Amino acid sequence: MTTVATDAVMDYDEAMRKFDPVMGLEVHVELHTATKMFCGCPTEFGAEPNSQVCPVCLGLPGALPVVNEKAVESAIRIGLALNCEIAEWCRFARKNYFYPDMPKNFQTSQYDEPIAFEGHLDVELEDGSTYRVEIERAHMEEDTGKSLHIGGATGRIHGADHSLVDYNRAGIPLIEIVTKPMVGAGERAPEVAKAYVSALRELLRALDVSDVKMEQGSMRCDANVSLRPHVGDPLSEEQLAVPLGTRTETKNVNSLRSVERAVRYEISRHAAILDGGGSILQETRHWHEDTGITTSGRVKSDAEDYRYFPEPDLVPVAPTRETVDALRGTLPEPPGLRRKRLQSDWGYSDLEMRDVVNAGAVELIEETVAAGASAAAARKWWLGEPSRRANAEGQDIVTYAAGLGLTPAHVAELDGLVASGRLNDSMARQVLDGVLAGEGTPTAVADARGLELVQDDGALEAAVDKVIEANPDVAAKIRDGKVAAAGALIGQVMKEMKGQADAGKARELILAKLQ
Amino acid sequence: MTDLPTDLTRATAAGLADALASGAISSVEVTQAHLDRIVAVDGQVHSYLHVDGAGALAQARSVDDRRRAGETLGALAGVPIAVKDVMTTKGLPTTCGSRILEGWVPPYDATVVTKLRQAGLPILGKTNMDEFAMGSSTEHSAYGPSHNPWDLDRIPGGSGGGSSSVLASFQAPLATGTDTGGSIRQPAAVTATVGTKPTYGGVSRYGLVALASSLDQAGPCGRTVLDTALLHAVMGGHDPMDSTSIDAPVPPVVEAARAADVRGMRIGVVKELGGEGYQPGVRARFDESVALLQELGAEVVEVSCPNFEYALAAYYLILPSEASSNLAKFDAMRYGMRVQPDGVDAPSAEQVMAATRDAGFGPEVKRRIILGTYALSSGYYDAYYGSAQKVRALIAQDFASAYDKVDVLVSPTAPTTAFKLGDKLEDPMAMYLNDIATIPANLAGVPGMSIPSGLADEDGLPAGIQILAPATKDERLYSVGAALEAALVDRWGGPILDRAPELGVAAAAKGA
Ligand SMILES: [Zn+2]
Repeated sequence: MTTVATDAVMDYDEAMRKFDPVMGLEVHVELHTATKMFCGCPTEFGAEPNSQVCPVCLGLPGALPVVNEKAVESAIRIGLALNCEIAEWCRFARKNYFYPDMPKNFQTSQYDEPIAFEGHLDVELEDGSTYRVEIERAHMEEDTGKSLHIGGATGRIHGADHSLVDYNRAGIPLIEIVTKPMVGAGERAPEVAKAYVSALRELLRALDVSDVKMEQGSMRCDANVSLRPHVGDPLSEEQLAVPLGTRTETKNVNSLRSVERAVRYEISRHAAILDGGGSILQETRHWHEDTGITTSGRVKSDAEDYRYFPEPDLVPVAPTRETVDALRGTLPEPPGLRRKRLQSDWGYSDLEMRDVVNAGAVELIEETVAAGASAAAARKWWLGEPSRRANAEGQDIVTYAAGLGLTPAHVAELDGLVASGRLNDSMARQVLDGVLAGEGTPTAVADARGLELVQDDGALEAAVDKVIEANPDVAAKIRDGKVAAAGALIGQVMKEMKGQADAGKARELILAKLQ
Repeated sequence: MTDLPTDLTRATAAGLADALASGAISSVEVTQAHLDRIVAVDGQVHSYLHVDGAGALAQARSVDDRRRAGETLGALAGVPIAVKDVMTTKGLPTTCGSRILEGWVPPYDATVVTKLRQAGLPILGKTNMDEFAMGSSTEHSAYGPSHNPWDLDRIPGGSGGGSSSVLASFQAPLATGTDTGGSIRQPAAVTATVGTKPTYGGVSRYGLVALASSLDQAGPCGRTVLDTALLHAVMGGHDPMDSTSIDAPVPPVVEAARAADVRGMRIGVVKELGGEGYQPGVRARFDESVALLQELGAEVVEVSCPNFEYALAAYYLILPSEASSNLAKFDAMRYGMRVQPDGVDAPSAEQVMAATRDAGFGPEVKRRIILGTYALSSGYYDAYYGSAQKVRALIAQDFASAYDKVDVLVSPTAPTTAFKLGDKLEDPMAMYLNDIATIPANLAGVPGMSIPSGLADEDGLPAGIQILAPATKDERLYSVGAALEAALVDRWGGPILDRAPELGVAAAAKGA
């Protein structure tokens, strides 16, 4: 058993006083096309190992690739949505290296002729300000198979008895989106990184090109971080003029939260090394979700030689202007603009909208409103108990709600029960608990639990009379015009009614009788 | 209809096809005759790496049944064929002449093989070749060389020496080949058979174990121009599984072979192919052929292709580069040979890959992998692979300007007749020079054909003439080839292969 020495880290604020961070993010996105990049095999996640393979994606001798046109379309749409130029003519290239999960021992990718290049994505930060991420390129490639190392303590290759390879993933279309160096973020670098990945995920989801499930690996992020001496404001000319430091690449950071944490950790780690007079080793780092640290992977030199050359088995991709224009016409409303439109439609304050966005509940609320709920009610219900519980589980609200079977239609139905006067607020909360516990639809839960506001005015009137009689002092105060004292009586009436009464109506009755 | 010889193995494919169609013979008879011939002579020639008698007879029976049932069958239905071992055959071993694929049985058929099966051609077996098609003699086959039926001490050409010697020794009437730098044409030349490298993209590459993807082209091999055309028509055509396949009908090659007409055609003799380094006897037969074409009504002019001089150098950068990447897949992980490294307790995947590739690849394959890996390395890419691609473009330009002036180009196919086994094995450069006349066509993607031009005076061995046409104009090869063939056969008084020594007699003599 080896123990990993924990690296020294510098306090983040101190690191920020001494250094200026620069990042570069590489995001791999698996497209959810029905078939693989270069063959007709299906792409569904989670199938029996090596059941979705053929001579092409197994790299059998003699097999040849044929480009999936749908994947090219998706790549172009992604490029357009990222405000990129689309290549009029580009080729695939072979990236040569040996690894058992690569059937051909080369990956069919793109090298110096990416399908999309020179774009940007404007990312909204917590405080409402915008950071523009410059996009270097988005290119097409194929995924590799997946190695399973058996017998090792950690699931890593080190110490394993043997390894198995599942080639179901081999050949699934990937788009790699590479940013230019992200400068000027200063101490907000970790936040910017997370916001970028989040915005990218939102964009890809809106484009409907990928499942973008980071936990399943259909979206994977590699974060490059380097530090340079802090000489002024992050965006000042003198700061931007300082040459970039040596970078490390932290691989497979697979949640939004981890993106932020990993960048922050690497900044603190680099800072400690540089401050102590050391130098950064250019290498890949592994991110450990559980301990929140990175450890050294393989040393990566710039001279790592993949012997790229144009893929001779494929013809160039040359989308016509008409094709590109037609695809441009299929782009969804940009998520940023869409948010602004929804905020105005829903009448939310900036703060309310930000909470909704941060909770990842925009789509849920949109669907809930479409199902008939008021925007205010939709926000209240989704950001209440479900959001709290999702947070506690460390899940996003969409995944959490889907897992429990809580749908926008349920929430709209719940809101309807309140609006129609059948439930009051506290009863509605109980109903929601029931729905979250899997007891059925809101109406079914209310029926089963016997939750219903008493609509019989006679019973309510009797309770009001009883409470007035029992509290002559309070009644006298109200008669004297101290209306606020009614609250005490309302509470008792509700108690008499075992909560199943409309508090507003009780107040009306008390005041009518005493004034 | 020509009369069929009593020995069915001496018949042409066209003759067999006619006799089969008329019901005069059955496919089982023809197939069995060839299987018997294989038993009688392949011990001397070593053309086949694998013979599938049962499979071939089963296919023959099925064709006979279908014919009896009145089905409409393809022109070559029932005519047996030999398949170069570089093409995947479902259920039949495919080794590419390499140890590393020993015992590998592909789970799928190459598109060409599918087309052969659909057209009803019984597959007799798989033919020998230089390992992964790297060579001009079959001496680089891991399973031993094939022998030239004209002189068993000589090479049958390569890489497709198995296919050429199969034809020249009458062990099959037809064979498939692949041609990356001359592997169909040069073996045809040195065995007095016919072979065509079609336009790049004219025949599907799906299921051809790739040597150099941008140069490889599968094509037909036969003993006559018409037989070769009939097979070309079966093998060719668009394949959606091959992105580089041409989406157009097969050029009218059979019609051209039957018409055999060169009247009014302009034929260019390539100045740069045929001078120094060409054997006098080869040159003499070539000159006679050109003169014959003129007599047949063609106009002959000399054409210069100045950049052909650099073709060999460019070829030996592009080919190894692509090959180094194409051959990376042979790593012992999924199929083929697996070698455990010596003295390593629990070897890593990388160690097993290295040990297997070391043991599984022959010296020529290793040489080219190393060359290619070097040429693609960063820092060298522009100087080597990049420059080679520029030369390639210049050669294509040479062809384009030549075809502005003429309809086809001609040259000797190979500089010499068949050399002795072992003569050039230790001198790769001398071996590479064999393909000096054939390589330009691969670099430019244009079609080429070799047909026999006669026997060289100095050694009595076959020489070939090469015909080259513009891309997609493959039919012109057959017009010229068939016309010249008819005139030459007339002059010789019969097919040139009739003059080859009788292997059967030699075998009987040895047996006695
Ligand atoms: Zn597949």
